[in-house]
Amino acid sequence: MTLEQILFGKLTLQSIPYENPIIMGAGGMMMLIALFVLGAITYYKKWGYLWTEWLTSIDHKKIGIMYLILSGIMLLRGFSDAIMMRAQQAMADGKHLGYLPPSHFDQIFTAHGVIMIFFVAMPMMFGLLNMAVPLQIGARDVAFPYLNSLSLWLTVVGAMLVNLSLVVGKFAATGWLAYPPLSGIVYSPGVGVDYYIWALQIAGVGSLLSGINFMVTILKMRCPGMTLMKMPVFTWTALCAMILVALAFPIFTATLAMLFLDRFLGMHFFTAGHGGNAMMYINLIWAWGHPEVYILILPAFGIFSEVVATFSRKKLFGYTSMIYATISITLLSFVVWLHHFFTMGSGANVNAFFGIATMIIAIPTGVKIFNWLFTMYRGRVTFSVPMLWTIGFISTFAIGGMTGVLMSLPPVDFQLHNSVFLVAHFHNVIIGGVVFGYFAGVTYWFPKLFGYRLNEKWGKRSFWCWLVGFYVAFTPLYILGLMGMTRRLDHYSSGLGWHPLLLIAAAGAVIIGMGVLCQCIMLYVSVKERNANRDFTGDTWENGRTLEWSIPSPAPYYNFAVTPTVEDRDAFWEIKENHVMNPNIQVQSHYEEIHMPRNTSTGFIIAVFSGIFGFGMVWHIFWMIGLGLLGVFATAIRRTFDKNTDYYLQSDEIIKTEEARARDNKLGDSSEINDEELVLV
Amino acid sequence: MKIVMSMDNIAGKRAMIKLRNVFYFLVLGCTFLLSGCHYAILDPKGIIAATEKKLLIESVLLMLIVVVPVIFLSIIIPWRYRASNTKATYKPNWSHSTMMEIVWWSIPCAIIFVLSWMTWVYTHSLDPYRPLAADQDTIMIEAVALDWKWLFIYPQTHTATINLVEIPVNKAVRFFITSDAPMNSLEIPQLAGQIYAMTGMQTKLNLMATSTGNFVGLSTNYSGDGFSGMNFPVKVVTQSQYNNWIKTVSQSPNHLTLAAYNEVIKPSKNNPITYFSHVEPGLFSQAIIKYMGPMPGMALGYTGVLQDEKNHQG
Repeated sequence: MTLEQILFGKLTLQSIPYENPIIMGAGGMMMLIALFVLGAITYYKKWGYLWTEWLTSIDHKKIGIMYLILSGIMLLRGFSDAIMMRAQQAMADGKHLGYLPPSHFDQIFTAHGVIMIFFVAMPMMFGLLNMAVPLQIGARDVAFPYLNSLSLWLTVVGAMLVNLSLVVGKFAATGWLAYPPLSGIVYSPGVGVDYYIWALQIAGVGSLLSGINFMVTILKMRCPGMTLMKMPVFTWTALCAMILVALAFPIFTATLAMLFLDRFLGMHFFTAGHGGNAMMYINLIWAWGHPEVYILILPAFGIFSEVVATFSRKKLFGYTSMIYATISITLLSFVVWLHHFFTMGSGANVNAFFGIATMIIAIPTGVKIFNWLFTMYRGRVTFSVPMLWTIGFISTFAIGGMTGVLMSLPPVDFQLHNSVFLVAHFHNVIIGGVVFGYFAGVTYWFPKLFGYRLNEKWGKRSFWCWLVGFYVAFTPLYILGLMGMTRRLDHYSSGLGWHPLLLIAAAGAVIIGMGVLCQCIMLYVSVKERNANRDFTGDTWENGRTLEWSIPSPAPYYNFAVTPTVEDRDAFWEIKENHVMNPNIQVQSHYEEIHMPRNTSTGFIIAVFSGIFGFGMVWHIFWMIGLGLLGVFATAIRRTFDKNTDYYLQSDEIIKTEEARARDNKLGDSSEINDEELVLV
Repeated sequence: MKIVMSMDNIAGKRAMIKLRNVFYFLVLGCTFLLSGCHYAILDPKGIIAATEKKLLIESVLLMLIVVVPVIFLSIIIPWRYRASNTKATYKPNWSHSTMMEIVWWSIPCAIIFVLSWMTWVYTHSLDPYRPLAADQDTIMIEAVALDWKWLFIYPQTHTATINLVEIPVNKAVRFFITSDAPMNSLEIPQLAGQIYAMTGMQTKLNLMATSTGNFVGLSTNYSGDGFSGMNFPVKVVTQSQYNNWIKTVSQSPNHLTLAAYNEVIKPSKNNPITYFSHVEPGLFSQAIIKYMGPMPGMALGYTGVLQDEKNHQG
């Protein structure tokens, strides 16, 4: 082994794709933006602030915001991939081969799937949970605040590894689930699949820890009086999703670990030969992958339930039904994984069983849709941005659900499997369900964290662009699927009549792009005009029903100055109805001391070392692997000797904070709300 | 009063005409846009694909019973109960009705019950492994997915092709499928649905074409760089044309021995159609068994069929 190999493993200067102008351009752009941000932080001397207030923060609200930032940045990357794919397919008709060589196109669709699921949807979901769950259950923080920070930073490190693969080496070109034997060392000898494995292993551990954290938080940290059947629906769906995380992610980690052993040590779990079996991988990955779909959609269902009740000024219809529907979806999600590969030839009995199990999920989901509809029935519906996303969701999701059930019939699936009809179906439920739901949730809870509402005008524009763009982009794919177009094609022969439809689909992607642009403008305008949209009451949407609206906006770092006691399902709605004094808005003369966790850099440092470890594993740089592992363990052990992990917030400190807040609110208040109301609400 | 009403009527009629024009325009537009299209799945030319299409359409219609009302309600209810419409009833605490919930638990239940029944019946009758005729009346084809082309062996006539399938009309055809490369999936949308081609494993697909013509066959499962070129023409011809074609192929100077096979499996993209004669018997079986380690007595594909027959007779 030469010195070079010891120092750099497989990494050489040739690993950087200088010859590819698209990649170098994108990489250069990313570097420039990063340099600009770092420069700005240095110029404004914000490093200390960044470190003490954000990077080492274990406040669930700040962690939630950081998850959202990660998700937003990665959305831009994942979306650029989408635009590039649509452009390639719009161009590569007949003799034209488009502007992307197959090997690059293959990386793009793989990266698009991986990024959108693991680094856009998952972080946004955890961001929303962090934003809302502790506030909904009247808790001061999550059960394990330091673990929460560790989860965040592990996810960030995973995302960074994926981004790094753009410039240093390659990303996997295997499709987002990396089926062997294609992902095995014989057919994918490069580092792409290793990047895939280690980025997802590190982020996956983060997700698993976060899942356990929220499960414990919801089960153990609810305020007095909040029995399970009095929990807000979002918290319920979060609980079910987190149970799924805790049960499904270990399968994912184990599967990737076996794939790694196949590649690195020449084992034969999934390689054909010596008893290895690729079918095993496909079964295992979907035993995680199907619950994963519900991990994403269940919290979105919860958000819709909160939003639809608030903006209809009415109790949620059929709460009990909703909860049982959620629980049955949770259970059923573990017995349907085989519908992702009816075409494997499992035989009619097996296929029919899994097909029917899949259809049964449509029953509780259908019930949910009717309950949302009848929550609006005899309500007073306001068409604010979160409500628009919800209404857009109901009809879009109904169509997506229908095409889903359609493909759960094995004989129909034989025709539509792996076609762009399937692509249209899962984008229909993921965009129409998950994405719409999360955007509704972010708009809904944003004021609680930042103290002001997002700009309505740009929010509505972005909604219409997304909705119209979705239909323009994906209706053609449904049709193309019926015409026999398969997914992941970098070119196709002309004369099949696909080209015009692919042009329409590309136009749809551009319309969605305008929606993304509107969202960027919305953020900018909202920050700029924040003083006009401030929330002084804490009950931003005026009809808040759950506990998070009973505290001021932005929520103080200890969340609840006084721990609430709950008697009813819609706890805050009852407080308002009965004109009970709300001690979290009206300043008290004395507070009980609050037990608070102290910030810690442990999570951040462990994640950095895991990143070093992951990079070493990708390139076989053994000193980096050693350093990374040592760093992770040493940092974790050092933490166990740290006795200074918490403190007690005293009454006078709380009074000071609360009085300052009340003063600010009155100063900024343009007399629309008088003092009496402030006291009563 | 009457005048106003008739005025309304005229306005209504005008609106109707306008609406009708819009409708015609849309229909015409769609027809124009889609006229050049080939709806592979909706235009079946084989008995399996035809039943699959029927099932697809029936189940969509069945589900529309719920989906259409939901879409209407999702627009009508929020509009009717918009905050500015103060005339609408407002019942902020009305949140439960056993009767209504029973209705919308039972409607989806009923539909899913019917669908489940259809699933059970059709999954069995359309099982790709189910033979459509006796073995001796069936054309056997052994398909091997390679990087990035399809090898089709016709074991009954000891011929083979790359990237071309030719079959007689109204005759049962059975594919034995495997892969000697990453996983693929064999589909001829107008004749039958797909089944995976997996390394070291054998799957089967039975189909029968009901009219002659040229159709598209393809791999639907991404298998690497040259995947987009893994499609092949499928020619359905009359029995006599088929016999002639087989004769042509059998005269090909390329012999598919094991050595030749090992050349063929080397990666190549957008392969031209190639004919082989004198195919070594049991080649397909060997392409699978080589991944399994020693399996004495095991035979797959057509060799397996012959062996079963022999055992049966013995």
